[in-house]
Parts: sequence; C-alpha cells; structure tokens
Amino acid sequence: MNNHDRSLIQLFFAFLKIGLFTIGGGYAMLPLIHKEVVEKYGWATDEEIINYYAIGQSTPGIIAINTATFVGVKQKGFIGGVAATLGMVTPSWIIITLLANVINTYKTNPYVEKAFMGIRIMVLALILSAIIKMGQKVLKTFSDYFLLAMGLIFVGFIDVTPIYIIILGGILGIIIQTAKSRWKKKEDMHE
Amino acid sequence: MSNYLYLFFTFFRVGLFTIGGGLAAIPLLENYAITYGWVDEKMFADMIAISESTPGPIGVNMATYVGLSQLGFGGSIVATAGIVMPSLLIIYGIAKFLKGVNEHWIVQGVLKGVRPTVIGIIGSTLLSIGRVSVLNTSTDVTWNSWFERIDFKSSILFCIFTIAVMKVKIHPIFFIIAAGAIGIILF
Repeated sequence: MNNHDRSLIQLFFAFLKIGLFTIGGGYAMLPLIHKEVVEKYGWATDEEIINYYAIGQSTPGIIAINTATFVGVKQKGFIGGVAATLGMVTPSWIIITLLANVINTYKTNPYVEKAFMGIRIMVLALILSAIIKMGQKVLKTFSDYFLLAMGLIFVGFIDVTPIYIIILGGILGIIIQTAKSRWKKKEDMHE
Repeated sequence: MSNYLYLFFTFFRVGLFTIGGGLAAIPLLENYAITYGWVDEKMFADMIAISESTPGPIGVNMATYVGLSQLGFGGSIVATAGIVMPSLLIIYGIAKFLKGVNEHWIVQGVLKGVRPTVIGIIGSTLLSIGRVSVLNTSTDVTWNSWFERIDFKSSILFCIFTIAVMKVKIHPIFFIIAAGAIGIILF
C-alpha cells in the first residue's frame, strides 16, 4: 500500500469516527474534528477549520458534510473529498439500517406507540427552540421579519414548494442589500 | 432503475437547497416525503427524533431512512449519495478555484435573504408536526375545528417541554428519552 492509499484510508476512518461519535450532528461535531483533524493528523489548523465551517454554513449542503469534504479535498483532491464524505455517512448507513428493522418490528407495540406520542411533542419543542435560537442570531431588521413571515406563510399555509421560496428569499436578499448600500452611499454624500 | 434515479435526484435537490444550517433540510425532506406519500406525518416526526438520537448528521440519517423505506438497502445508498453530492461538487469547486467566494457580495446578499426565509420555512414544519402531536389528527384541520381538536394534555406537555429545552442545556437525546418515558406513563 502506497502513501496515497494510506492517507485516503486515514481520511475515511478519521471522519467515520467523527460521524460515529457526534449524535445528531451540528456544533457538537467541532471538538471531535479538532481532535482528529488538527491534533492527531495536522491536516488543518484551528483557524482553517473555523474557516471551512464558515464556508460550509454559507454554501448549499449539510454543514458536517461540507466540512468533511473541505478537509478531504484540501488533502487529496476530489477523491480525498469522497473518502472523507464516505467516512462521515457510513455510521449513519449502518446504524439507521439496523435500527429501521427494529422500529418496524416494534412499531405496533402499545408501549412504543405511547413513547412516540410523547417523543413527537418533544420534537415539536426541539424544533421551536431551534427556531428561537436561530432567530436570535439572524433576525435584526424589519426585512428579516418580513422574509420570515414570507417563508412561514407561503410554505406553511399556502403549501408552496420550499425550494421556490428559498430562491425568492435569495433574490430578495440581493435586492435588499443593494438597495441598502445605495441608500447609505446617498446619505454619506449628503453629509 | 428509474426509481433509483428519481430518488437520487430528489435527494440531490434537498442537498442543493439545504442552506443556512441547522434544521434547514427538514422542511425540504418533508415536502417530498409527504407529497410523494413516502411516509406520513407521524412517521416523519418519529424520523426526526430517531435522527437526532443516533450518530451522524440529521440530514444524512433521514435520507438513509427514507431511501431504505422506499427501495431497501440500495435506496438508502442512492438517497445518501444524492444528498451529499451537491456538497462534494460545490466544496470541491470552492476549494480548488473560488477562494473567498463566501465573502463575495452576491453570496452575502443571498444568505442575508435566505437565512430569515429558512427560519420561516422551518416554522412551517411546526404546523404539520403540531397537527400529529398536539392536535391528534392526521387529516387537514379547518380553521373553525382547530380549537376543538386541541389535546390539552399534549398542549401542556408541549409548553413544559419547550421551557425545559430552552432552559436546560443538555443534548437533545436526553430530552427525547425523557419524553418517551413520559409518553409511556401519561398516554
């Protein structure tokens, strides 16, 4: 086995470990990425990881996958990105596949049914709290609240496909930003 | 074959439009999974709970689950490949050719608009999951019958759960386990 193959295997297993030990994904993943990618293999510095994460947040796709792909591509090009991503998704594949059979077997068990009646209410609470936390970071101006209402009304009440509303939100974002910077320039000129 | 392609491109679209992080993939997945009749709303809510309580990113877990339920093991691979493919292509492009693209004014403008919009769209999932958890019905609810259908035990639990989640900073998995135990005792 040459060095090229070895580092691809290392990428695969490092991200397999990160995927396996972060339940639910998200920010919980960062300390593990630090340990594997920065401390153990030195594939990136802390600053670079934060940078990858920031880019992962502002580009399409699941942030965890974006970050894994970034580290992989930086190390070994496209095939490195594939190896890291494969590592990241493998625990999901195995665990969900095993679990799906168990769930299908016990789905009609009255205790499992009752447990899920409680869990569904908790899912509602978890999503609401995630929305509130995201809102505290994102919602600042009138236009932010307007766009939030637009998303909620069009998708929640009128049943428009979410993708169209996301595209509309992006276009309106460019318009709002351009309008604001124009307006600011004018104001600066008057002063 | 065409079924696999269809599944792949559906999840490709979900991956491509998952912008803004967090739970952004959920309303997109819900839109396809429910309009195509892949899962019902109850099952969808359960899938969110399972995905939050198992290792791996939530979006990948849900893609695996839906793929598996539709086309078996092959389906789970195709769905997962679909949801990660946009990341692979876009991040490869950025890492190789477009350094600093996330600071470009167009990208910043798009994000400025998309982030609040996505919060509203995630809010819409509250309506559908609320219907199967607090309203105790899986059919469409008309506005005048809405109030009669509210299950008070569930509504009170929802208020308590929300306050607990906002106040106590522990991993969601502990809340999900606790909620399961409370469900067995109370329902």
